[in-house]
Amino acid sequence: MSLTLYPLAAPGPTQAVQAASPAVRCRALVKRYQDVTALAGVDLEVRRGECFGLLGPNGAGKTTAVEIIDGLTEADSGEVEVLGCRWGVGNDHALRERLGVQLQDTQLAEKLTVAETLRLFASFFARARQVEEVIALVGLGEKRDARVGKLSGGQRQRLALACALVSDPEVLFLDEPTTGLDPQARLNVWEVVSAFRARGGTVLLTTHYMDEAARLCDRVAVMDRGHVIALGAPEELVAQLDAEQILEVRLGGALAADELALLPGTGSVACKENVFRLSVSDVAAALPALLALCARRGLVLQSLTTHQPTLEDVFVALTGRALRDE
Amino acid sequence: MSDAARGRRLRPLVELTRARLLEFVREPEAVFWVFVFPVLLAVALGIAFRAKPGDSVRIAVIADAPGQERVAGLLTHAPRVSVTTLNAHAAAAALHAGNVDLVLEVAAATPPRVIYRFDPTRSEARAARLAVDDALQRALGRSDPVAVRDEYVSEPGGRYIDFLIPGLVGLNLMGSGMWGLGFAVVQARTRKLLKRFAATPMRRSHYLLSFFLSRLAWLVLEVAAVVGAGWVLFGVAVRGSLGALAVVALLGAMAFAGLGLLVAARPRTIEGVSGWMNFVQLPMWLLSGTFFSYARFPAAVQPFIRALPLTALNDSLRAVINRGVPLHACGVEIAVMVAWGGASFALALRLFRWQ
Repeated sequence: MSLTLYPLAAPGPTQAVQAASPAVRCRALVKRYQDVTALAGVDLEVRRGECFGLLGPNGAGKTTAVEIIDGLTEADSGEVEVLGCRWGVGNDHALRERLGVQLQDTQLAEKLTVAETLRLFASFFARARQVEEVIALVGLGEKRDARVGKLSGGQRQRLALACALVSDPEVLFLDEPTTGLDPQARLNVWEVVSAFRARGGTVLLTTHYMDEAARLCDRVAVMDRGHVIALGAPEELVAQLDAEQILEVRLGGALAADELALLPGTGSVACKENVFRLSVSDVAAALPALLALCARRGLVLQSLTTHQPTLEDVFVALTGRALRDE
Repeated sequence: MSDAARGRRLRPLVELTRARLLEFVREPEAVFWVFVFPVLLAVALGIAFRAKPGDSVRIAVIADAPGQERVAGLLTHAPRVSVTTLNAHAAAAALHAGNVDLVLEVAAATPPRVIYRFDPTRSEARAARLAVDDALQRALGRSDPVAVRDEYVSEPGGRYIDFLIPGLVGLNLMGSGMWGLGFAVVQARTRKLLKRFAATPMRRSHYLLSFFLSRLAWLVLEVAAVVGAGWVLFGVAVRGSLGALAVVALLGAMAFAGLGLLVAARPRTIEGVSGWMNFVQLPMWLLSGTFFSYARFPAAVQPFIRALPLTALNDSLRAVINRGVPLHACGVEIAVMVAWGGASFALALRLFRWQ
């Protein structure tokens, strides 16, 4: 009988490449469902240690993208690398050991308690954290022995987060982690995510809340209809609007958007029915001119608001639609 | 592989099984249907079908015919025949409703001629026909050339309840195995829990195996409940070894656990899986000899019936409980159950839809 010795993985060129590889890299991802193109050629790169956000309305393809990156869905074409590894080449189990996943609306078993659920998830991983430690991390200590069915929405979401964190992952994937939660519960989730990042973890999250993206993410990719339409740090994207203020007016009648764009100190204009959204670099110049124009045309100014530009305005400027239109 | 490494490798399986058991005991309805219902069913059927040697056949004699009073009088004294006299219309109605087994009409008084009206497909009606005719002919002077003495078989082992109890054990193993697993799996799928598990390094075979193992734990109690009730209430004894009973029940439960997983491998909704469950179980409800012997079915379908897992389970349970045969005498049945369990598990693992 011959004995074959396989060399243990030694730090070699391959590992050096892996260590330097980004947490996630996607190239030209395409995914079609019957009559819908969920992803129409998406390129993404998530650097190690950063929090990367996929921002976009429902149906933009965010979940599809994350589930392809998670290895749960297969892309029709394109490449995915997570921590330098590809899916389906025989090391899926080893790769999953290093990831933490929270899916959109997973309903955990209602009859199990918080501790029992985490104990189950912990058993799947070779190097899991202590259940009690994770419970404390997400602040569910008092609910440790409560059944999942009795938890509030925010508590369930924190439990889902705990299930993703129990593996002590290198990369955390969060799909709409705060959708449907009240402000306090959202804040709790944000704190857990921030604590994870403070330990050096990488996060890829999807959201349709621009305040969430602005608050948590180092960089965001704005998605719309299967495309990435903007990429960068939230403040950079906002800065590209070249707007000091956003002026939103509702008029009592029709007006051509082009006419508004000609006002002094005004950049792009988006309109929907009689609501106009002006990117304004100089409010002092634009506002009197706007009022004068309305007076000349005999248009009633039904409402007028101004605010600092946000990622929402970036999306509106790029697509002409609001984030939560659909 | 070291023991520690093997222990670690099996920990997900242990934890999944533990979670399944916890979920089950926390579902009071499930506990009722698995443990209490079959015992109630056994009690009800046992009482309905208990041996009744003194039972009479019920006949109606049609009134207002010449000679009917004489015939009715003769039958009144006959053993095990209870006679009522009704007009023609009421007698027909009673026959349709099953309140009497046979209607007797006197067609002529002297010499006596009678008509028996009954449904020949009903065994009670045929029995009534024989008993009434016998009583009538003897009362009018027929002498029997052969001396006869009846001996009733009612000692434990040969009664209907002895036949029924192993069948109920088998039926219950099929029901709880298939419904229990099927619903749990499809519910986890609709709640996207399966998808969540698929995103962990959990081995998919461990998930499916945990259903087999949790079934194993309940199996002991399920079988004990029905067999125990049969023994305490009706004196149905287990003639074979308890070890043989355990092996047969275990293999049966594994066969249905596999089949349950296979049925639940694809459906996305509870409604969908319910339909398939009924589709798979119905032939076995009818054909596998739970309530009556499948020997009544045509010879051509016998091989098909014997290849069904419930038939194999019922037959081997009866062999062990009623006849006390050793395990090796049930080789064919054991092979059938192992084949169903193994093949359906392997197929379920291949077809299983995780999202």
